[in-house]
Amino acid sequence: MKTLLTPVDAPSIRSRPVYAALEPRRASLHLIVADGEGAGAIVDMLGKAEDRSQMLAATHVMYCPGPDGSDQSAALEGLGAGQYFRAPSIPALLPRLARVLSAAHMGTQFYLAGSEGLIGQAERDIMNTGFPHASVQKEQRGSTVRRVQCVHCKGITENVATDPFRCSHCGLSLFVRDHYSRRLAAFQGVNIDAEDPGQVPESVVRFK
Amino acid sequence: MSLDFKTGAFNDFFRDETFRGDFTYRNSNPRRFPFPFDRDDYMYSVNMEPHVPGRPGSVFEHLLDVDEHYVAEMIDRAKVLADDPLRCQSLPHMTLAGWDTLELVMEAKARDYPQWFSLSKDGNRWHWVNRPLGIEQSFTFLDESTLHYPPFEYIMRQTQGDWTLQDERDGTLWMDAGIATSQADWSVDFDVGMNFHEWHAPVPLAHEKGVFDRALKFLLKLQHGAPVRRFNWTMTVNPLLDTAPETYPKWGPMKTSLTPENLGQKQHLRVELQSLYRLPRSNAIAFDIRCYLASFDEIVTVPKWARRLHRVVRDLPDELATYKGFIRNRPAMVDWLAKHDDGAPTSPGWWPDD
Repeated sequence: MKTLLTPVDAPSIRSRPVYAALEPRRASLHLIVADGEGAGAIVDMLGKAEDRSQMLAATHVMYCPGPDGSDQSAALEGLGAGQYFRAPSIPALLPRLARVLSAAHMGTQFYLAGSEGLIGQAERDIMNTGFPHASVQKEQRGSTVRRVQCVHCKGITENVATDPFRCSHCGLSLFVRDHYSRRLAAFQGVNIDAEDPGQVPESVVRFK
Repeated sequence: MSLDFKTGAFNDFFRDETFRGDFTYRNSNPRRFPFPFDRDDYMYSVNMEPHVPGRPGSVFEHLLDVDEHYVAEMIDRAKVLADDPLRCQSLPHMTLAGWDTLELVMEAKARDYPQWFSLSKDGNRWHWVNRPLGIEQSFTFLDESTLHYPPFEYIMRQTQGDWTLQDERDGTLWMDAGIATSQADWSVDFDVGMNFHEWHAPVPLAHEKGVFDRALKFLLKLQHGAPVRRFNWTMTVNPLLDTAPETYPKWGPMKTSLTPENLGQKQHLRVELQSLYRLPRSNAIAFDIRCYLASFDEIVTVPKWARRLHRVVRDLPDELATYKGFIRNRPAMVDWLAKHDDGAPTSPGWWPDD
């Protein structure tokens, strides 16, 4: 018997994050964190702002290229936000986010856009700082690759595109369970051939 | 492995047995097993009832059942926690709920099993004696510095069952603390911090039936002093208490070891007696998931259970057999059980007929 993979077109699961189009809100500080094609979501959101220049003056943008290499930093930098920062990667972006969060006041609005990995990690850090859930908006755009924690060794593999995949830490073949932890900002990976060692189904690209 | 208690605390009552390696776990009296099926078929339901003292001699006699497996289970738990401390976690705001849980357990055990446990209080100065585990402890209630573990972990190392503590906020329940060393394939480390619908996300069919919406609505009304209970169940090959996803590569291969000859001895029905308590100070909800294991050989010593188990396993929807992890062995189980089902009608309810 082979472990059944969740069909790609399966209905969304209950622990899966919910995404919607970003909407401009009133705030003393607008904190924007985006990667890859999330830049487009930011541009669209700002296009809906009633007082765009006033909003931009109170906006801090942190951006990095997406997991597929998509880099639209020029479009974002050209918006003229009060502060703009481009990092080369998500891990290089997060220390700056932590520093900004440490000084942010209640009344800050957060706009997260791009890959699920970026959105999840930024949301995790924002929640850990104590900001209310309602102050965070999320819009997924572009790459749908996943950040997956191996339930066995606890190592996290970034940018998982195929199912099953090999854990980048312990090497076990894992299938991606449709179970998401906001605390870890990761989906769960479970060994696929535990009951029949060596019988690993062919990998299919499920996340692009 | 380090134990906090003296080993060899077994006496005539507590069995010296294992849930790993040579698997010497047995039930001295299979009729005491909480058989979970009150009819010949099964589908998810909320099926909550008041957790009130029940039939003497049964697992329902006392609020927290302490049975012949207690000492062996606590040794197994200590081994699991030594191997993987992530199996017990409590987010920082859950310490008060941990104290609430410690009080609930100590008071219940001292009241219902005075021959084994005692609790004396002088204001916040408490003295706890756990004779089966050889523990004697003076401490100050609500003062963490007076115990050598945080309160939740301290009492969980002396309590059968996996427990989770749910904080209530934003109209839902958040699993913000938990311990799992006897779980049916779910991860505390992954699930801690999730809300009610998030941690139930992988369960098939039940969301669509509205089971979790109704269960949450029910639980949010749970009152202190009025606990409730329900059953859940699955199947486990060998009497493994610890079937964690973390160690699935170790125990998963055991599922392939069944033969028609060894099935009755190796295949176990795994029953969770789940009970829920509103806690007085924290307003959190404690959820006790108590695991009972019985081999098919033990179950078929009760004719009504033999007939019914055959029918339930045979007719269960494939999604549920898959989710519960026994779809690959279901045909062999049905073949084996069919020999113990003469087709006679069964009486309603789960108790044996005689």
